[in-house]
Amino acid sequence: MKWRLSLLAFMGLGMFAFAQEYFPKNDGVKASNENYTALTNARIQIAPGQVVENGTLLIRKGLVVQAGAAVRVPENSVVIDLSGKYIYPSFIDIFSGFGIQEPKRAQGSGRTSQYDASRDGFYWNDHIRPEQQAIEAYQFDKTKAQTLRKAGFGVVNSHVHDGIARGTGILLTLSDSDDDARRVLDDGSGQYFSFEKSVTSRQSYPTSLMGAMALLRQMYYDADWYAKGNTSNTDRSLEALNANKGMVQFFAAGDKNNVLRADGIGDAFGVNYVILAGGQEYENIGQIKAAGASLVVPLNFPDAFDVSNPYEAKIVSLEDMKHWNQAPTNPKVLADNGITFAFTLHGLSKESDFHEKVRKAMAHGLTEQQALEALTTTPARLLGKSGQIGSLQPGRLANFLITSGPVFDETTTLYENWVRGNRDILEDMDRKDIRGEYALNAGGKSFTLSLTGKAASPSIKVMRDTAELKSNLNYSGDWVDISFNDTGERYRMTARVSESSDNLQGKGVLPNGNESRFTARLTKPFEAGDSDSDPEGASAKTPEVLPLTYPNVGYGYASPPTQEDVLFRNATVWTSEDAGILENTDVLVRKGRIARIGQDLSAGGAHVIDATGKHLTAGIIDEHSHLAAVAINEAGHNSSAEVRMSDVVDPEDVDIYRDLAGGVTSIQLLHGSANPIGGQSAILKLKWGRPASEMLYQEMPKFIKFALGENVKQSNWQSYERFPQTRMGVEQVFLNYFQRAREYQAKKDSGEPYRHDEEMETLAEILRGERFISCHSYVQSEINMLMKVAEKMGFRVNTFTHILEGYKVADKMAEHGVGGSTFSDWWAYKFEVNDAIPYNAAIMSRAGVTTAINSDDAEMSRRLNQEAAKTVKYGGMSEEEAWKMVTINPAKLLHLDERVGSIAEGKDADLVLWSGNPLAVYSRAEKTYIEGVPYFDLERDAQIRQRIDRDRTTLINMMLEEKDGGSKRTPRQSRKERFHCDSL
Amino acid sequence: MQRYKNIFLLMLLAMGTLGAQQTPAPAQSETISITGATLHLGDGTVVEDGTIVFQNGTITAVGADVAASGKVIDAAGKHVYPGIIAPAKSLGLVEIDAVRPSDDEDEIGGMIPHVRSLIAYNAESKVVESMRPNGVLLGQVTPQGGTISGTSSIVQFDAWNWEDAAVKTDDGIHLHWPQSFRRGRWWAGEPRGLRPNKDYEKDQQEILEFIRDARAYGKGANAPLNPAFAAMQGLFDGSKRLYAYANGEREIIDAVSALKEAGIRQIVLVGGYQAHLVTDFLTENDIPVLVNQPHMLPEYSDDDYDHPYKLPKLLADAGILVGLQNEDMANFQTRNLPFYAGHVAGYGLDKEKALQLITGNTARILGIDDRYGTLAQGKSATLFVSEGDALDMRTNKLTHAFIDGREISLETHQTELWKRYAGKYGQQ
Repeated sequence: MKWRLSLLAFMGLGMFAFAQEYFPKNDGVKASNENYTALTNARIQIAPGQVVENGTLLIRKGLVVQAGAAVRVPENSVVIDLSGKYIYPSFIDIFSGFGIQEPKRAQGSGRTSQYDASRDGFYWNDHIRPEQQAIEAYQFDKTKAQTLRKAGFGVVNSHVHDGIARGTGILLTLSDSDDDARRVLDDGSGQYFSFEKSVTSRQSYPTSLMGAMALLRQMYYDADWYAKGNTSNTDRSLEALNANKGMVQFFAAGDKNNVLRADGIGDAFGVNYVILAGGQEYENIGQIKAAGASLVVPLNFPDAFDVSNPYEAKIVSLEDMKHWNQAPTNPKVLADNGITFAFTLHGLSKESDFHEKVRKAMAHGLTEQQALEALTTTPARLLGKSGQIGSLQPGRLANFLITSGPVFDETTTLYENWVRGNRDILEDMDRKDIRGEYALNAGGKSFTLSLTGKAASPSIKVMRDTAELKSNLNYSGDWVDISFNDTGERYRMTARVSESSDNLQGKGVLPNGNESRFTARLTKPFEAGDSDSDPEGASAKTPEVLPLTYPNVGYGYASPPTQEDVLFRNATVWTSEDAGILENTDVLVRKGRIARIGQDLSAGGAHVIDATGKHLTAGIIDEHSHLAAVAINEAGHNSSAEVRMSDVVDPEDVDIYRDLAGGVTSIQLLHGSANPIGGQSAILKLKWGRPASEMLYQEMPKFIKFALGENVKQSNWQSYERFPQTRMGVEQVFLNYFQRAREYQAKKDSGEPYRHDEEMETLAEILRGERFISCHSYVQSEINMLMKVAEKMGFRVNTFTHILEGYKVADKMAEHGVGGSTFSDWWAYKFEVNDAIPYNAAIMSRAGVTTAINSDDAEMSRRLNQEAAKTVKYGGMSEEEAWKMVTINPAKLLHLDERVGSIAEGKDADLVLWSGNPLAVYSRAEKTYIEGVPYFDLERDAQIRQRIDRDRTTLINMMLEEKDGGSKRTPRQSRKERFHCDSL
Repeated sequence: MQRYKNIFLLMLLAMGTLGAQQTPAPAQSETISITGATLHLGDGTVVEDGTIVFQNGTITAVGADVAASGKVIDAAGKHVYPGIIAPAKSLGLVEIDAVRPSDDEDEIGGMIPHVRSLIAYNAESKVVESMRPNGVLLGQVTPQGGTISGTSSIVQFDAWNWEDAAVKTDDGIHLHWPQSFRRGRWWAGEPRGLRPNKDYEKDQQEILEFIRDARAYGKGANAPLNPAFAAMQGLFDGSKRLYAYANGEREIIDAVSALKEAGIRQIVLVGGYQAHLVTDFLTENDIPVLVNQPHMLPEYSDDDYDHPYKLPKLLADAGILVGLQNEDMANFQTRNLPFYAGHVAGYGLDKEKALQLITGNTARILGIDDRYGTLAQGKSATLFVSEGDALDMRTNKLTHAFIDGREISLETHQTELWKRYAGKYGQQ
């Protein structure tokens, strides 16, 4: 609507370079300009890789007629001679927010959550806004347009950066002299998505990344269901989503791992998103390449930290320092891997930094052609507009730049930016280039003046003999003003630049105030690439870039560790099997499996480790973990069965490494306990240095988190809105959801059409016995309740986790067949753990419940061996049984006991070599293997520590050097959050 | 209305279940001798097959060639230790962390040295009671939060009320030194993680001004009474200790230097995450350290994974007087003090030195070493007998414990529930 209004406003003005042909005209006579403009003798970059020296660009009515060496210039041409100048197609920003009004932020209303949508006739979730049209929120922004033109841009593709589904975009040119009727090239240039909620609504769901992902999936299912005419209501969101399917589909991922997440959603629904990257894709380039998506890449290379204060330097992680060092390689790495990418200004705080960032990328190996492609032909192609923009072939819009030299060179001046044939003069290209070296005699002394830098705004250095003087130069219009200070004596002079002489001649004022004429004689003309412009030659040499590690954080490995055949010789072997604890025993590992257990085994080429005096065990399995995740709770609904923890695995969490150092090899990454029905678990092997997809168990048993008690009742914070508020209500939530899931399954089985419901699909898996519940639980009443609900619904609860009052109903648990995974000795932190006792594990175990000890905490996880040992103290478990509580018992609870959790032939070689009895408080894990790969080794750890110190020193020195150039970024520690059950 | 009903109900429940502690033991009436045990004296030494004799609450003899007298406890194959001391904890000030009515650990106000923990100490706390079966028999009951949190007192864990619990009343003042870095206010849209604290200088000056004022006040007529300044006076004559909480290298140097200059006589550093970087400075200034327990994650991602495990040894090796505290953990965790010491021993510190970190050293740091912390003639018979090595959770199994010679119960709310339910299932 705004668009039409602004059109009316413009029509009143009447004076357009190109009036609409069929519009009536009342303020004069109708006429048209059919002349040509010929730009001659230029070096024309028709498209990246296609250059014409000494060519002519012929344009008419805003379009390219012809560009080449042999262009016939018609009589009715205005000719502009561009001898020595360069012409480039102007740039395109494919991911802009140009001209879009900021969406209005919804007003908060305290801590009360809003669970329902605010709007009628739209999707059930306010954050899905595909009906939003950029054109409706658009108004041409002259100031911004000028800034963009100065940076070399002619076309932007803009959209409303708000919401998970964001609606459609507009493609427009940046000419001030046009109106929107000509500027807007396409008001449906793409359909946009992201993982971020709209600021215009306080609707709670989704509160998490995995919730946003689940919502997108459900949205696509619902759109399909709607398209088939299965609903009686009108949903303008889904109608728009379906109507805009044919447009280019963009996804604002903004992070290297989110790129993969977005691509995965696209793959599931046959959508090929063009994805906004984050700038760290050089770190997981293999996966990015495999995803095969086209990317929009920001040039958001971070500034150096100011590390001059050693205390402050200490808080900057090596990871962040390395990113400073390595980020400028990102474009080159993308190019080398054949990934299609366009650049964007998005993520840059200042448009004026753009050229410097491109130069930085080029200094790190990106070619000029690749940079140009990312700014012209590639975005044009991604937008499906190659016939219109991105090059200077005949018929394209006359969008081009005139420059003094190679467009990205530091000394190049951008003279003019033509948009659709409209000329915008940024710098007067006829103005004389006064750069060069001059000799000056004044007040009886000789000075040397060096003018370097950009032709339009040169910088000056004044020397007397070998002494550099403080000096200043101002060149505006045809006048140049120079002043300098020679040991307190001030010299000032001003000169009008003359076409006829290369010398600078004018009036000078000597320190004594005497005025006289002066002449600075040109002794050496300026040459591009003069060492003066770059005193240290810094840009000439390739910058030092530290190698990547796996993962690319402090404790990453120089190369990913590889599988080896190993023979552990003469160990005390804790089998966690009926075989018990075997003294003086050998264990042979081949191809990632435990091949043989016995005495005096033959190594047969395997690497032999003398384990005399040491203890070998299966890797510890933590049934309840929240490490290696970027989000834990989807708290927006009281059920979030549709969310998947496997969507949000963070393979670079240093707590993975620390867990390995504590002998942990597998974890169940559980959803939190914010709601009665939580999300789907991910079960991981802690393969440090491997991507998330490789950490997930293959044929991963399906689990889901449930929760009871204070957290789901929201007892410990001010929230009184959400059902349930009592344990009574919790039962009703379960009964209701399972009843609905049962009815859903029945409808599905009947063959009738049904709406695919991600939540119901998950719950139906539980009813079918295909998905297992691990339920956060504390007091006996609720524990008993869930077992009864399950029995009524015909399934079995798999695991109660925490289960601190399990000892009170251990007999009922054994009868139901549910396992218990508990803390060793936690209690007293909230009311429902008042009767928690450290004897719980022992009592449950003796009552026939499969019992594990878990952590729910990254700190405790890395010493679960000690936590298991507490069951010896509290309740008198045997050491053998105590050890099972962190190995085979959690493996059983996770349905992984055929593969891991004990030392038996044929099982995965997930092994830990301990310095002594693994339950002893004095023992340490020395080596931790997963499938025969040494993922932790004390000796290697010592080497990494040295490397960290070395790399930190190197980078700090490099930053200090850059700081001398003025970098002022305050040291920061970009630490992630550590999660527990109730982390929101 | 419903809300208030719930809270009331919760309070009733809390009061109903928080009550019952084991009955405090009567005063020692007869001489007791523990014989044939491995005696861990808490001063770094061990006596094999030793005997310890005590009467009227005081140790009269300890050693290998000591004659038993009075009631004899045969502890052959067992181990005897001094009672473990828990510094810098709010034990007895909060019962259930999430239940606000049970929480008395953090008074409002930034500089409140006059606020005293002792009178709020719940001698019948079930959490305190649960310390004893692991050998933790004494604690420094410490207010939490703010800058100057208040004044602590040292208590023993078998008492009818706070008066007879008190071992050393109003022993010290607890000061949380400001941090030169602060966490991002994520709720206000800042990224999480640390950033330089622009107010660091100002925050320090506020403390130092307060201390200067308090000192000037002490030199004057003291009228009208200023409770906060009055409470500070013991710091200037050395009768009270100042517990300065600081972890960073810069904060440690700032805190110790500034507080010494301000005229404070006895300073104890609490925390000391980076104290290993300034050991020379700490020894020069004769500053003891109550170092963080090892069960924490490294603060910075590039830190050694075992930094918290080995830090106490790094400090002890440098000649610093070191004790262990777990001030930033939940109170119930304090029963794990012996295992913290064990974990430290696993990272290279001699086991008897590790024991000192929770007994003899702590007593010296708190200024109660005339009576507690080691097994020596003339000292309080506050000690326990364990079936095995008390620093290892597998063998920390107490058979007897004494506070000032009184044999205390080792039963708790938790052991009672254990026995009740083990009995239900016929497990015992």
